[in-house]
Order: sequence, then C-alpha cells, then structure tokens
Amino acid sequence: MDLQTMTYLVVGASFALYIGIAIWARAGSTSEFYVAGGGVHPITNGMATAADWMSAASFISMAGLIANMGYGGGLFLMGWTGGYVLLACLLAPYLRKFGKFTVPQFIGDRFYSKTASTVAVVCLLTASITYIIGQMTGVGVAFSRFLGVSSEMGIYIGMAIVFAYAVFGGMKGITYTQVAQYVVLILAYTVPAIFISLNLTGNPIPQLGLGADMAGTDVSLLTKLDQVVTDLGFGKYTTTTAGSTLNMFVYTLSLMIGTAGLPHVIMRFFTVPTVSDARISAGWALVFIAILYTTAPAVAAMAKLNLHATVNTAVMKGGDIMAPEASLQYEERPDWMKRWEKTGLLKFADKNGDGRIQYYNDKSKNADFNAKAEAAGWKGSELTVNADIIVLANPEIALLPNWVIALVAAGGLAAALSTAAGLLMAISAAVSHDLVKGIFKPDISDSGELMAGKISMAIAIVIAGYLGLNPPGFAAGTVALAFGIAASSLFPAIMMGIFSKKMNKEGAIAGMIAGLAITLFYVFAHKGIFFIKGTEFVDAIGGANSFFGITPEAFGAVGALVNFIVAFLVDKMTKEPPEHIQHMVENVRIPRGAKAVDGAH
Amino acid sequence: MDQTGQAYWSAVLGLLGKILAIWFVVSFGAGILFADALNGIKLGGYPLGFWFAHQGSIYIFIALIFYYAKAMDKIDRKFDVHE
Repeated sequence: MDLQTMTYLVVGASFALYIGIAIWARAGSTSEFYVAGGGVHPITNGMATAADWMSAASFISMAGLIANMGYGGGLFLMGWTGGYVLLACLLAPYLRKFGKFTVPQFIGDRFYSKTASTVAVVCLLTASITYIIGQMTGVGVAFSRFLGVSSEMGIYIGMAIVFAYAVFGGMKGITYTQVAQYVVLILAYTVPAIFISLNLTGNPIPQLGLGADMAGTDVSLLTKLDQVVTDLGFGKYTTTTAGSTLNMFVYTLSLMIGTAGLPHVIMRFFTVPTVSDARISAGWALVFIAILYTTAPAVAAMAKLNLHATVNTAVMKGGDIMAPEASLQYEERPDWMKRWEKTGLLKFADKNGDGRIQYYNDKSKNADFNAKAEAAGWKGSELTVNADIIVLANPEIALLPNWVIALVAAGGLAAALSTAAGLLMAISAAVSHDLVKGIFKPDISDSGELMAGKISMAIAIVIAGYLGLNPPGFAAGTVALAFGIAASSLFPAIMMGIFSKKMNKEGAIAGMIAGLAITLFYVFAHKGIFFIKGTEFVDAIGGANSFFGITPEAFGAVGALVNFIVAFLVDKMTKEPPEHIQHMVENVRIPRGAKAVDGAH
Repeated sequence: MDQTGQAYWSAVLGLLGKILAIWFVVSFGAGILFADALNGIKLGGYPLGFWFAHQGSIYIFIALIFYYAKAMDKIDRKFDVHE
C-alpha cells in the first residue's frame, strides 16, 4: 500500500474512534459539561491531562529544539515537567477541595471580590486564546504536511472534529477522547524512537540508548555526538547552555510556574472524585508525560547524529570530515530529503558550487575551525534544516515501514487536537460560568447554563479557527506570552489564596496587575506593543535582555516575584480579610468534607 | 484554627519544605548550577549533569509526587482529617 493511502487509513481510523467516543460521552448536565461529572479515575485523568498538556509543539517541535540547543534544551524538559510537582503539592488538591468549576471562581470567592475574579478571567482568556492560536495553526500544518490537503482545509477539518466531541461532550467527551489521543500520540512518538535507538546502539529503550555505546564500538553515543558537532564547528552538545546560566535558571523556573498556573491544566484536577485522587493524579499525569519527555532527548541526539551521518560519510566511517569526498553529493541524496525539500523544511544551496552538501556551523567563533573550513573550500553551510524535521522525518531517516510514518501523522494530529480541545474547555467555562453566570445572569438555570456553555464553546471554536486561518503577526511569540501570564498572574494569586490566610483582596488584585503589567512591559519592549511590528522600545529599557541578560520568554518568574512582593506590601497596608474568608481558607486546607464539584456561587 | 488544625498544617508545610528542597536540588542544582562540576562523573555514557537536565530530574519529579501523595495520606489519617 502506498504511503498516502496508508496515512489516510490510519488518520481516518483515529478520527472515527474520537467521534465514536463523542457519541458515547454526551454531557447532560453542567457538572458533566465542566468537570465530567467529577467521577474520573485518577489514572484516566492523568492520561487525559498528559494529552491535554502535550501540544503539537511538544510532539513535533520539542525534540528539534533540543537537537539544536543541546544541553540547554533541558530547560524545556525540566520546565515543562517540574511544574507538575508544584501543581501536585501547592495547587491541585486544595482547588479540588474548594470544589468549584473554574479557576476565576476560586480567585473571586477567596478574595471576596468580583474585581478579582474579573481580573482572573481576563488573564485566563488572554493566556488561553494566545495559546490556542498556536494549536490551530499546528492543526493546519499537521494536516497539510501529512494529508496533502491545504492548511486552510486542515483547520476546517480540525474544527469540525473538535466541534463534534467538545460541544456535545464537554469535559466528559474531551476527557475520554484525550485518553484515546494519548495512546495514539505516545505510540507514534515511541515506536520510531525504539527503532532508531536499536539501530544506533543495539538498545531498544531510547532512554538507555542515549547513555549507551554506539553499536559495535566502545565509544558512547554522546561522546561521539560531541566529537562530531565540535568537528563541524558547533558547540559541544552536552554542555552548551541556553544563554547564561542565570537565564537558563530563570527560564526553567518560568516554565515550571507557568505550567502550574495554566488554567486548562488546573481544570483537569476538578474531574477526580477526591482530594487524595487529585494528588495522585498529578503523579500519573507526569508518568504519562515523562514517557514522551524522556524519549525526546534521545530522539534529539540520535536524529541529529543520523542527519550529520547522512550528509557526511566521515561521521560514521571516520577519516577527515573535511575531505571533499566525505560530503554527500547532492544528486545522491536519499529520497526522504527530496520529499522534505518540497515542503521547504529542508533547503540546499550549493554555495561553493561543488555539487556536494556541506552542513556545518558557519558562524563558529573558533578561528582555527574557520581557517580549516576555508582551506577545505567550504563557503558557508549549505543545508537549512527546520527543527521540526527531527520528529517528522525521523521514521524516514531510519528507513521504517510506511505504517510507522502514517502513525506519526495520526500522533501529530492527536497532540494538536487534544490540546486545542482542553483550551476551548477552559475558555468556554470562563465565559459561560464566570462571566454569564457569575456576573451577568446569576439566576440562570442549570440547563440554561449548559446551553450557554455549549454556545460559548461553539463560538470559541469559530474564533480559534479564524485566528488559526488568519494568524496575527505575533503568532510565534504567543506561547511564551501564555506562560508569562500564567506564571506572573494566576499562579501567585492561587498560591497566596491557599497558603496565606491573611492575604486580602487589595493585595491579590494589586499583585496580579503588577505581575502581569511588568511581564507585558518587558515582552512588549522586545516584541512590540501587542506584538505590532515597529513599536518595540527595547532601547528605552537599555537594550535587548537588559534585565540581567534574561530573555523575554524567561521573564515570567520575575513577574511572579513582583506579584508576590507587591501583594504582600499592599496586604500589609490594608485591612485583613473578613473572618469567614479566613475560615474558608482553613477549610480548604483540610481534605475532609470534600464533596462533588459543583458550580454554586 | 484549633490546635489539631495547626499541628496538621505545620506537618503539611514540613513535608512540602522537604519535597520542594529535593525538587530544587535535582533540577536547579544538579541540572543547572552544578551541572558542569557533575559532568566530570559518568553515568554509563551520560555525563551526570547532562543526565540530570535531560533525564534524571524528570524521574525524580515523578517519585516526589507519588511519595508526597502517600505521605499526605498518612498525615491526613494521623490528624484524622482524611476523606
């Protein structure tokens, strides 16, 4: 069977499965719509959380980023997993005990203030909408690459599929679909990794293969890779950091607290039956996430080595890496390179006109290396490799059968769709529950609110689809912004709401606004006001990354710190929260008396 | 908060302190600040600091959450506030 037919078949089967689950899991009440009836088993919830969490970016782009960054890429691995420790110990069980449907509802009740909950809704909507733009474009890209349809068509198909199970099934439909999507995406990620690890090291477990010797030699894979990349003028793979050590530290911390503060992740913990389940469920979520996240660095290093070995025969055979005959002749390149050249993800420009591919670091600061490259007649790196290739072309580079390639397509789509659905859920709950019921129409009936939930979900899908079709110029910077907002506004507010009995509404509101404002200020200074080109004011703050060399993506942790400090200062100057609020906090801290989650105000 | 409530909460905070200390040491400590120094030690083919950043800290995070969940259940029962 040819690749295209096989891909249609596998992707079609996975979609049929999702729709089947949607029909089975229709939501009949607000409790089913918002929190899947509150009866989801902790392991099931863990799996759904993992699918919710791992987006198209985790699936398609992360390994490529790590391959480019080397050791420094570890900040994504630690940042996007370490947040679950914070979530499990600091937030999830207490929010579950609180027993309401949404994050803004907790903030509004705990800080006895509609203003506080409105600020939280604004933060939530900004974070979720910016995040979903990336997911919708990811859906389009995945469809167009795998199925050969246009990216617009891909977004329409994606919208229709998500509509089918999210609008009718709500959290219940989303949860059980996400479980299926997790299974698809994790198989798609690990199967090629197992083959590639077996191939290079003889060890079928990629996590062990990465630390093993190259098959048939006594040189370890990482030593070999370090050797190859330094020979080609790159920094050493196992030690190159992302900017300064301080930047890597702050970046990792920002991703961790951003992860813990993202509302679509927090919401998932409202679906389990008890407080104790919420704790253990965070552990299961991390187990399922870790299967992908510990495989990713192996995929990154191995695919990088394979790529260099493909274009330079001296990489595996030994000998002079700069000898003219070591570089691959362009006419003899393998089929997968030809296929990916058509998509523009791989580009070759024969700068020195020798008909061979030289792929190396032409911006090396090592004078010795530059002299050698010049002497060898190398006139600049001739291959431009998009980072996504590392995962997308992985099965082809390793010459795996067509069904594995088709599976990767289904996996990429599952990752994008499951995250989009989780975000839509958070958006729709904030609109129908926190805005419509909480502020505009408090006397709405349960069935009226369910209808409002479904309508706002449908509208959210249309808006997300529209933004996916017409991505604003700032699409690339938005995921960093979502994490920055979650880290600097929502995480500190929730944490202080639980761990400080005396924190009052003035402190919490001032903290959220200050944290958000300083983060936006720093991000906008680098990327333009509301990401409009030409409005950057980076000189006004003393140049790029002027705050101790910290990049705007890494700034969320600083925003969170500002939030905490401002909140405590304002809190000290204003009067303490009323007695019943302090009792409420005491009550939230104790598991006993947890009841089914409901939405009553 | 009554006496038991206060004792319960300080037991919880004590556990949290320990969990977060390990969380910090494995990721920010071993994975970032001391990675260079640890890279001198090898774990199979892995330099140790690199291993903590790309593998080890994630495994330890998982262990931490399950340990935390178990220890919390114990504390809940001890102070009779379990569900």
